[in-house]
Amino acid sequence: MSSLSRDDVANLARLARIEMTDQELENLTTEFGVILNAVARVQEVATTDVAATSHPLALTNIFRTDVVIPSLTPEEALSGAPASEDQRFRVPQILGEEA
Amino acid sequence: MSALTYEDVISKYEPVLGLEVHVELNTNSKMFCGCSTIFGAEPNTQTCPVCLALPGALPVVNEKAIESTILIGLALNCSIAPFSRFARKNYFYPDMPKNFQISQYDEPICVNGYVDVEIDTDEGPKSFRIEIERVHMEEDTGKSLHVGGSTGRIHGADYSLLDYNRAGIPLVEIVTKIVPGTGKYAPEVAKAYVAELRDILRALGVSDVKMEQGSLRCDANVSLRLIGSDVLGTRSETKNVNSLRSVERAVRGEMIRHAERLNKGEKVVQETRHFQEDTGLTRSGRSKEQAEDYRYFPEPDLVPVAPDAQWIEKLRASLPERPSLRRKRLQEQWSVPDKEMAAMINADVLNLVEETVLLGSDPTKARSWWLGEISRLANEKDVTISELAISAKDVAEIVSLVAQGELTDKLARGVVEGVIAGEGTPAQVIASRGIKVVNDDGALMAAIEKVCSEQSETAEKVRNGHVPAAGALIGAVMKETKGQADAARVRELLLGHLGQAAN
Amino acid sequence: MIKNSAAEMAQSLASGTITSVALTQAHLDRIAEVDGKVHAFLHVDTQGALKQAADVDAARARGEKLGPLAGVPLALKDVLVQKDVPTTCGSKILEGWRPPYDSTVVSKLKGAGVVILGKTNMDEFAMGSSTENSAYGPTHNPWDLTRIPGGSGGGSSAALAAFEAPLAIGTDTGGSIRQPAAVTGTVGVKPTYGGVSRYGLVAFSSSLDQAGPCARTVLDTALLHEVIAGHDPKDSTSINAPVPQVVAAAKSGDVKGMKIGVVKELNGDGYQAGVRQRFEESLELLAQAGAEIVEVSAPNFEYALAAYYLIAPSECSSNLARFDAMRYGLRVGDTDGASAESVMNMTREVGFGREVKRRILLGTYALSSGYYDAYYGSAQKVRTLITQDFNNAFAKCDVMVSPTCPTTAFKIGEKANDPLAMYLNDIATIPVNMAGIGGMSLPCGVASEDGLPVGFQIMSPVMQDQRMYSVGAALEAALLSKWGAPLLSQAPSLGGAA
Repeated sequence: MSSLSRDDVANLARLARIEMTDQELENLTTEFGVILNAVARVQEVATTDVAATSHPLALTNIFRTDVVIPSLTPEEALSGAPASEDQRFRVPQILGEEA
Repeated sequence: MSALTYEDVISKYEPVLGLEVHVELNTNSKMFCGCSTIFGAEPNTQTCPVCLALPGALPVVNEKAIESTILIGLALNCSIAPFSRFARKNYFYPDMPKNFQISQYDEPICVNGYVDVEIDTDEGPKSFRIEIERVHMEEDTGKSLHVGGSTGRIHGADYSLLDYNRAGIPLVEIVTKIVPGTGKYAPEVAKAYVAELRDILRALGVSDVKMEQGSLRCDANVSLRLIGSDVLGTRSETKNVNSLRSVERAVRGEMIRHAERLNKGEKVVQETRHFQEDTGLTRSGRSKEQAEDYRYFPEPDLVPVAPDAQWIEKLRASLPERPSLRRKRLQEQWSVPDKEMAAMINADVLNLVEETVLLGSDPTKARSWWLGEISRLANEKDVTISELAISAKDVAEIVSLVAQGELTDKLARGVVEGVIAGEGTPAQVIASRGIKVVNDDGALMAAIEKVCSEQSETAEKVRNGHVPAAGALIGAVMKETKGQADAARVRELLLGHLGQAAN
Repeated sequence: MIKNSAAEMAQSLASGTITSVALTQAHLDRIAEVDGKVHAFLHVDTQGALKQAADVDAARARGEKLGPLAGVPLALKDVLVQKDVPTTCGSKILEGWRPPYDSTVVSKLKGAGVVILGKTNMDEFAMGSSTENSAYGPTHNPWDLTRIPGGSGGGSSAALAAFEAPLAIGTDTGGSIRQPAAVTGTVGVKPTYGGVSRYGLVAFSSSLDQAGPCARTVLDTALLHEVIAGHDPKDSTSINAPVPQVVAAAKSGDVKGMKIGVVKELNGDGYQAGVRQRFEESLELLAQAGAEIVEVSAPNFEYALAAYYLIAPSECSSNLARFDAMRYGLRVGDTDGASAESVMNMTREVGFGREVKRRILLGTYALSSGYYDAYYGSAQKVRTLITQDFNNAFAKCDVMVSPTCPTTAFKIGEKANDPLAMYLNDIATIPVNMAGIGGMSLPCGVASEDGLPVGFQIMSPVMQDQRMYSVGAALEAALLSKWGAPLLSQAPSLGGAA
């Protein structure tokens, strides 16, 4: 009942920012056919009168007071950076909309 | 360049607006972590595992940010949702550390409000109601610096440098419903709406509302439809509109651009456009090959916000006076004519005038300084009045010195200029520039006698009853005293000296 | 000495018959001796552990008041961050990353003087049931090195079973503490969701993840539980209530008058005969100890697996978006002219393993516009139904029980190419995570057909974790008196030549 085309899977990979090989896309397309059929079973009992649970706890209004606490040092912040320059994270050129 | 005039556009089309305003709240700490929000800090000094999205870090909501958002909702006549949730908006962008933004989706905290704005029309002042669809909370992104290339802009850059100090600063997004029916006044209504919002937010004290620093940012959606049609046209969304004047220019510019396309039988593309301050035109954003799918879902690391009625009422009780009502009240109290009132609002000096008055100045005097000399200097320097280094306290001091006869109007202008030039307080400027009114009659008399002997023919004319000739002598005395004398006193003494009654 | 329980070690430390440095060194020696075969550890922090041990010894010498587990060594699952110690989550994408902060669990462990030996192997980002998905190679089950130690926390459980550590921390999203415990003959507890802080636990599925204690006895597990549990203001989903009295429950082990509900749906077809046999015998022992055995039904549990494989991938597709080569971790393809976008794409392709990519894409699909209601939305409704099933059942019993897993440990590689078969391992453990309740697995013997350990699962209502400890301790005591020695004494010694 549920199936995805190879192009659908390629589009998902694009959304998820993963450069997949053709072979991977082939394999996943096959696997998703099987997996989606299995998981689609949820629709059998998910009727409109059932409320959704997005979280196991029924907590509300958990806040912190607006108090400044010490930040990391810039050295700590940048300690894992693949590249940095002028105390900033250096990243390859950004294609896309100007922020 | 544009063949079509604005009149051509509005004779055929009706504009429909939609405005999205992002406001950075002025909380001490960020939306979901305890990092400071101070503007202008050294790069990456205000970051932590949470706002850098280090693996394992978790967000916790800033209570003050919630209160500020509820206050905004209440001030905009919204209903406050008894239950609202945060949601993740998923998309990849290097300035957004988690590669999702914590925002709100189908359960925002405030819904269904309105703001009334008044603008001058051909038929006199007219009020427009802008309906608010929602007010919701989200977080700001980091800032990128594009290096290499020639423009410093994103296109053509070799690489980018990221500073995450701004990442996670609380943002409130205020979204209007569609705004039809403004006709040719659409640009003015858009501007008045953003100005009104800014005044409301400033009165609430929840944001610095500095458009030039980006703490208030407006995205303007514009579409056109043929007059009489009830089908909405395709809209464009103009971002990067960072001043009130730009809001007006952007809307007007987009109306003309849309009309030109439509007149040529072309379609308006639904896209994001960027406003350019220098040209007043918009530029198309880089169009994406495929539409983004944000895959919103409830943020599982946070619990719902469910403000109880008591909390909401407590916040409601703390709301300040509505700016529009305040304006009416001040106008009456100060007996200001409509035109002058509009000028004050337009020049954005109402708060400064009020502050000056509260420090003891006469309202008319306070107004004329801010609207006159100070506005002139701001224009000259091409900055806004609030950017000038002069405060209400300075002006109140100057007004008071003039009233006491310690300064003449002319000298006072010099003091204002000195304060703005950064020379210190009025007292410091007076001291350092050696400004003082010469009100020593002896010194004045010596100058008068000197002038009268130098210009004996003119003096004689005056002595013979030709009073208008005194002007030249007064001028010379003023020059002699380097402008520091009170001209009225000089005239009085001069005429007495030459046997004429001063009147 | 290393075969003692943590409680016994703590006693020796307190009485001064041994130092923490000596105890720590003994475990480091054991790791050096057997971990080449087991591969439970990804990183052994020899210097850090000995320094911590020396500090505890010094504090004890000064007469400072110390916690009940001070000086006892522990193995930490590599999904919890520890300041300056490499944290990889079993993934290439985080290779070499040293966190600049401690998780709350680690802060609590350090505060309690528990000595952290190192980081244990796991399925990449905790996605898996066999530890075969680790980018650093699989962990081997000490009972049979050709078999899986369970997953995702196979490293922690294997370390316990191989006597490389007496205590371990695991995390459980769909069974990643309990299933490895079951197949290695050790004890593992998933506390009530919100009972232990998630701050510093690298998220797989935020609404399901929960860190918990692992050990070789129920009491040791309880002692560790009380060290790591408690409210944390840094975790908005942390429960602000007193920690359940699990140590007291484990010490008393009293089940007289307790009603134990056997879940009808989790003990039938698909369960290995030897597993069912050990499970039934355990029920008899509990009945003899004074408990009342009742049958309860949970009709919606059959949908739990499907719902889980929508919710967990959905949340993980978003949680793992931050691994993008910009701020930390692996960066691939940063050549002249490359864009940030292409570097992200290439890094994520190279840095993530097959199962992680599979789940990210599955989750991306389940959340995408047009499919959200059918998949993610429906799965959330199933979550409601499962919680209702638990509530109905708990109205009739104090705890619910089932076998932890349908089978004993399978062979490494056996299910590697059949994701659905692999997912079925978690069929009995997943409902607990969906409802956010507590769950424990403890060993109840070996299956007669293969001689491999079988796990007994106990489930208790939200913040009633002490109940599963009472039942677990009672069963453990009854089994011990029946066997005469702990189950792990039957496992191969691993020592000496390979």
